Amino acid sequence: MSNRLDKEMIEHVSILAKLDLTETEQIQAGADIEQMLDYIDKLKELDTAGIEPMPHIFLVRNVFREDEVVNADASEAMLRNAPNQSDGQYQVPKTVE
Amino acid sequence: MIEQTALQIGQKIKQKEISVMEAVEASLMQLRKSEPKLHAYVTENDKIAERALKIQEGITMGRYDSPLAGVPVAVKDNICTKDLRTTCSSRMLADFMPVYDAQAVENLKRAGAVIIGKTNMDEFAMGSTTETSSYGVTKNPWDETRVPGGSSGGSAAAVAAGSAAYALGSDTGGSIRQPSSFCGVVGIKPTYGTVSRYGLIAYGSSLDQIGPIAKDVADCAAVLEVIASYDQKDSTSVKRDDMRFTDGLSEDVRGMKIGVPIEYLEEGLQEDVRESVVKAAAMLEQAGAVVEYFELGMTEYVIPAYYVIASAEASSNLARFDGVKYGYRAVNYEGLHGMYKKSRSEGFGAEVKRRIMLGSFVLSSGYYDAYYLKALKTKKLIKKSFNDAFEHYDLILGPTAPSTAPRLGESLECPLQMYLGDIYTAATNLAGLPAISVPCGVDKYNLPIGVQFTGDCFQEKKIIRGAYAFEKMRGTWELPFMKKEVC
Repeated sequence: MSNRLDKEMIEHVSILAKLDLTETEQIQAGADIEQMLDYIDKLKELDTAGIEPMPHIFLVRNVFREDEVVNADASEAMLRNAPNQSDGQYQVPKTVE
Repeated sequence: MIEQTALQIGQKIKQKEISVMEAVEASLMQLRKSEPKLHAYVTENDKIAERALKIQEGITMGRYDSPLAGVPVAVKDNICTKDLRTTCSSRMLADFMPVYDAQAVENLKRAGAVIIGKTNMDEFAMGSTTETSSYGVTKNPWDETRVPGGSSGGSAAAVAAGSAAYALGSDTGGSIRQPSSFCGVVGIKPTYGTVSRYGLIAYGSSLDQIGPIAKDVADCAAVLEVIASYDQKDSTSVKRDDMRFTDGLSEDVRGMKIGVPIEYLEEGLQEDVRESVVKAAAMLEQAGAVVEYFELGMTEYVIPAYYVIASAEASSNLARFDGVKYGYRAVNYEGLHGMYKKSRSEGFGAEVKRRIMLGSFVLSSGYYDAYYLKALKTKKLIKKSFNDAFEHYDLILGPTAPSTAPRLGESLECPLQMYLGDIYTAATNLAGLPAISVPCGVDKYNLPIGVQFTGDCFQEKKIIRGAYAFEKMRGTWELPFMKKEVC
């Protein structure tokens, strides 16, 4: 039951992951995922028919509160963490021609 | 002074036997001595003297009533500290300066804590050895050829080396308890929702909890009492009625029902770890606890379910690192998407990329049901097996990790092998349970062994009681720096 992931699949996953992998990294990633999946396939032994998936331990409800500003404006300090900024805003590469 | 517990140091400060500055200087002197060998820290707090004076003034004016006021603490580097660099041990966040404190840190500061520095960890908390850090490995104070465990390896090593009186760690699959076990210190992973995750840089949000690492159980209980709080800023924060965890510090275990899962003592467990844990169970029995060996069930499915869920959440959580708002941005790239991809590929290390890839795969269309949903159903069954166990027992006792600390470099050769080391710890994260690791002996190489007490949700006092009683029976525990000549 060994899992095989072809080159196309690895490329697809790296697009989803927003990672630019080198040829060597792609081969390694493929092998790593295959090995993990072979191991994870153990879960297939389990009969989970009728079992509800459990995303949270406790019952999660929407938590509402009044939308009041309680913190001070820290935008300047936050912008200092940006790799590039201009006129008090984040600067990104040109996105529209 | 550094061989004393956090509470003892706090007491001395309160009674004016020593000043905050003296406590800080003692820690710093030890840090200067141990850091060149161990590398437990990524960043030191360069404003510490200023802070120490301010806290001293507050204590003199009677503004702090916490038993930990003025005591030096080390904080894991994935927990945000305002104006103190927070890197997650990643190149991605090499220059990241948080603009706010994590809620747990704010609670500590309000109690008068003095932060010594930020501790080394596996990059983004992904790893079990602290070897995936972008800033070099941390070494185990008991044996410098071995790992301190991970991912909170720097925090555990700092406490074990005496350079911090106590530390904060974070635990997603065992990252507080396993390094505590490997370094011979005590660590608690609280019930999910007990300590706010606000300001904790997320790895697996449904599993992550911040918790204390300290020299003994009393310290851990006291620290947990300070950092735990209901927080509106964390939507999974739980409003708890009773958070007086130090009330659990009782030596009386008479009548307590303790279950030891048989499968935790079977194959894959280092022989002297097994002996030490069985001996701990026998000691508790002699003290009046009712100890039974039982079948917990589902143990073999814990690690596969854990890695699917943790990786899936990681792939989603780490999508925020795109080179725009903070963190690393590649120098050469083409277009916006090229910038995202290049920045992430150059900013993240191999283990982080491995988990993001696996997470993206298990969440991808066509595989979601077979892997992610299947893992969430498995989680439900794991939770059920614990629910059944807690119908009969107050506590579950077992080893914290299958082995003592491995040698540096050994674990990264086979990631899957490293993942299997989380077998006894990751189950409690999946089930949201509180657990504590306490030193219970040493192996034939004189490396510490940890015993883990797990309780039902919100039963911190029970695990603290079991662990405290055991600690008293076990007797004095010497950390390596206490044995060597201390200047």
